[in-house]
Amino acid sequence: MAQPSLVLTNTRKSNQAAPPDGVGGGAAAVVETELYAADQKIYPRAVSGWFAAWRWALVWATQLAFYGGAWLTWNDRQAILFDIVDRKFFIFGLVFWPQDIIYLAVLLIIAALSLFLFTAVAGRLWCGYACPQTVYTEIFMWLERVIEGDRLRRMKLDRGGLSARKIGLKAAKHAAWIALALWTGFTFVGYVTPIRELWGEVMTLSTGPWETFWVLFYGFATYGNAGWMREQVCIYMCPYARFQSAMFDRDTLIITYDRERGEPRGGRARRADAAALGLGHCVDCDICVQVCPTGIDIRDGLQYQCIGCAACVDGCDHVMDKMGYPRGLIRYSTQNAMEQRLTGTQMMAHMFRARVLVYTGIVWAVIIATAIGLYARVPLKVDVIRDRAAIAREVEGGQIENIYRLQIMNTAETRRVFDIHVEGPPSLQVASEARVELDATASRMVPVRVRLAPGAAQPGTHRIEFVVSAVGVEGVAVREKSVFIVR
Amino acid sequence: MSQFTSAFWDVYVGLISIISIIACAVFLKVQSVRKTAEADTSGHVWDEDLTEYNNPLPRWWAWLFYITIAFSLGYLVLYPGLGSYGGTLGWTQLGQLEEETQAANSRFGPVYEKFAAQDVATLAKAPEALAIGQKLFLNHCSQCHASDGRGSRGFPNLADKDWLWGGTPEAIKTSITDGRAGVMPPLGAAVGGDEGATNVAHYVLKLAGRTHEGLRAVNGESKFKTVCAACHGPEGSGNPQLGAPNLTDDIWLHGGGQSAIIETILKGRSSQMPAHKDILSPAKIHLLTAYVHSLSRGGAPPGK
Repeated sequence: MAQPSLVLTNTRKSNQAAPPDGVGGGAAAVVETELYAADQKIYPRAVSGWFAAWRWALVWATQLAFYGGAWLTWNDRQAILFDIVDRKFFIFGLVFWPQDIIYLAVLLIIAALSLFLFTAVAGRLWCGYACPQTVYTEIFMWLERVIEGDRLRRMKLDRGGLSARKIGLKAAKHAAWIALALWTGFTFVGYVTPIRELWGEVMTLSTGPWETFWVLFYGFATYGNAGWMREQVCIYMCPYARFQSAMFDRDTLIITYDRERGEPRGGRARRADAAALGLGHCVDCDICVQVCPTGIDIRDGLQYQCIGCAACVDGCDHVMDKMGYPRGLIRYSTQNAMEQRLTGTQMMAHMFRARVLVYTGIVWAVIIATAIGLYARVPLKVDVIRDRAAIAREVEGGQIENIYRLQIMNTAETRRVFDIHVEGPPSLQVASEARVELDATASRMVPVRVRLAPGAAQPGTHRIEFVVSAVGVEGVAVREKSVFIVR
Repeated sequence: MSQFTSAFWDVYVGLISIISIIACAVFLKVQSVRKTAEADTSGHVWDEDLTEYNNPLPRWWAWLFYITIAFSLGYLVLYPGLGSYGGTLGWTQLGQLEEETQAANSRFGPVYEKFAAQDVATLAKAPEALAIGQKLFLNHCSQCHASDGRGSRGFPNLADKDWLWGGTPEAIKTSITDGRAGVMPPLGAAVGGDEGATNVAHYVLKLAGRTHEGLRAVNGESKFKTVCAACHGPEGSGNPQLGAPNLTDDIWLHGGGQSAIIETILKGRSSQMPAHKDILSPAKIHLLTAYVHSLSRGGAPPGK
C-alpha cells in the first residue's frame, strides 16, 4: 500500500483512548469497516496566553457589537435595523433600499477577498479567532468550565454514574447555555423587528408566529452548534474550512510543530540535559493535544481539521517556559521557513509576495470605490416607465403629448419637495404637476405628461432625460433617460 | 390530477417514487459498511495501489439521510405526490389560493369598508381614498386609459368634462361594473357612398367648429339629420344612453381629421369597455369611481 498523502491521513486522536488498531491484521482476512462512526467527545483543556487573549478580545469585540448594536438609536429609530417587511435596511445614517443590492454584492466581494487575503497571509485566521462558530463555542466552553470545571473534572463527571451532583451540574450548564442561546436568538430577531418593541412582546408573550419561530430557531442553532456540535461543524459541515486550505501556499503562516527541534520527543526531568539524553525539546506532555478544540495532534503536521486557533501554541509555550526552553516549539511558521531554515525576518519578507500584494490591492480598491460610492450616494431614486398604451397623443393646438410614470423614491429621512424637469428637443416640457412632495423614506408613482410644440421634432423617437431634483437641497438630483415619440 | 389520460400513469409514477425512496434507504444501509482486505481503509483503490484511510463521518450524518427518507414518506402521505392520490391533508393549489385571498380580503376589507360607506363626492376630495383609487387605476385601467386617465385614440379621455356614457357617479360606476359597448355601424350605403360620406364629414366638422367646405357641409346636413341624428341627435349633441358621442365639442375619440371621420362613417367603429364586476369587489369599484370622478373635477389641468 502506498503511503497516503498527508491530508488523507486520519490523525484525529481520541482524548480518551487510542483507537483500536487493525481488527484483523491477518493476511487475506476480510474486515468490515464502518463508514460512519459515533463521534467521540472532545474535552479541550483551558488555555491562556497571547493568542487566547487575542481570541477573547475578538469575542468581546464581535459580541459587544452584536448584542449591543441592536440597542443603539439613531435619528429617533433603531440605528441598525433590517426592516424586511418594508424592504428598507437602516445602518446608522444610511438607508438601503432593494435597489441598493449592489452594496450587498460589494460587501460580499470585500468579505470574500479579505478571506483570501488573510488566508494567504496566515491561514485560517477567520476560523481561529472571529468565526461565530469559534466565538460562541469559546463562550459556551467558558460557561461549561465555570460550572463543570476543566478538562479532567469534566471527563470524570461524564465517566461517573448518575448522581444528584451530576444532574445538578448538567442542569445548571444547560440552563446557562439555553439562556444565552435564547438571548442570542432574541438579539438576532431584534435586528429585524425593532428590539425594544420585541422586548415588550416577549415580556407579554405576544410575539408573532415568525418572530417566535426565529428566536427559537436561532437560539436552538446557537445552543446546538456551540454546545453540542462544536468542532464537528468545522470538520464535517463548513465549506469554507475546506476551500481555505486550497488557498495556502508555501509561504502561508500556519501553526507548525518544529519537528527538527522537538524530535526525538520524550519525557525527562526538569533539570535533565536534553542533549545528553539524546532528546529534542518536545517533552511529550500531550498538552498540545489536550487543548486542541478539534482533537488533533499538531505534531503530525498540517491537517484539514486544524482551525488555526493557536491554542497549542499557547499551551506549548507555557511548558517551554517551565522547562526553561525557548518558546515557539509550536509556532506560526511557513513551509518554506521550515525547509529552508529562514529567519523570522526572511520569513516575513516572503509575506510581500505577488499573491498577497494583488489581494491587498484589490481589497483596498474595492473598499475605496465603495466608500466613494456611499459618500456620493444621492438619497433619491427615480425609475421612468413610458406608458405603452398611449404612444403619442395629439392635444390642443396640435401639441404632441407622451405619458410616463415616474416612480420617485425619497430615500432621505426627511420630508422633501421635488421638481420634475425634462430635457430634450426644444419646447419639450412637463405639462402635468411638476412638483411633488414626499414623506421621509417614502415612494410615489407619479403620472407625468410631457408635451412638445407642433413641428418641433421629426416623427420618430427622440432621446429625452428627466431631471428630478430636491427643492432647496444642493446636489440631490437624479437624471433618468427615456424616449419621446412623435408620430 | 386529471392530466393523465389513464390510471396506468398514476400507478406508474407512484410506484417509481416509492421504489426510489426504498432504494435510497437500502443503498444507504448497504453502503454504510464496507468489506475490505485491510482494516481502517475505505476500500477505494486508485492508480493500482493508491488506497485511502477510512475517516468515518459521524453517525448523525447518516441519520440525517434517514430523516430525509422518513420526511419524504411522511410528505407523500400528507400531500399530493403519488399519482392521483390527494394526500390526507386535502391540500390543493386552488385551496391555498382561496385561503390566501380570503386572508387578504379580511385583512384589507376594513380599509375598503370604511370608504364604501362614504359617497363618491366626499371620497373624490379625500386624499387617502384617492391614493388607493389611483393605485387601482394604475393597475386595472391605465393599460387603455393611460396612466393619467387621458386615454388615447379609441380610448376615451376620463379627465375632461365630456362623457360618452354620462359623468355622474352612478353612470361611472355602471361603466366600470358592467362595461360598455359603443357601436357605430358602417353607414356608407345609407349616406350615399364615398361622396355622401365626405359631405356628412364636412357637416360634422362644421358642428365641431373646425374648418370645412361650406357647400359639402350643406349637402351633408340632410343626410346627417336623417341617418346620424338617430343616435347623435338632430343637433349632433350625442346621447349618453347609447354612448353616442357629442360631435359639437371638438373632442374626438377616433380622430377629428377629415379622413378619420370619413373612415368612421364608412367602416363604423366598435369600442368595448370590459365589465369589472368579476375582477373587482364593489368596494374597490366604489373607490375607483371616486378617483375617476375626481379626474375631471380637479382644478384645471396644469399646462393649459
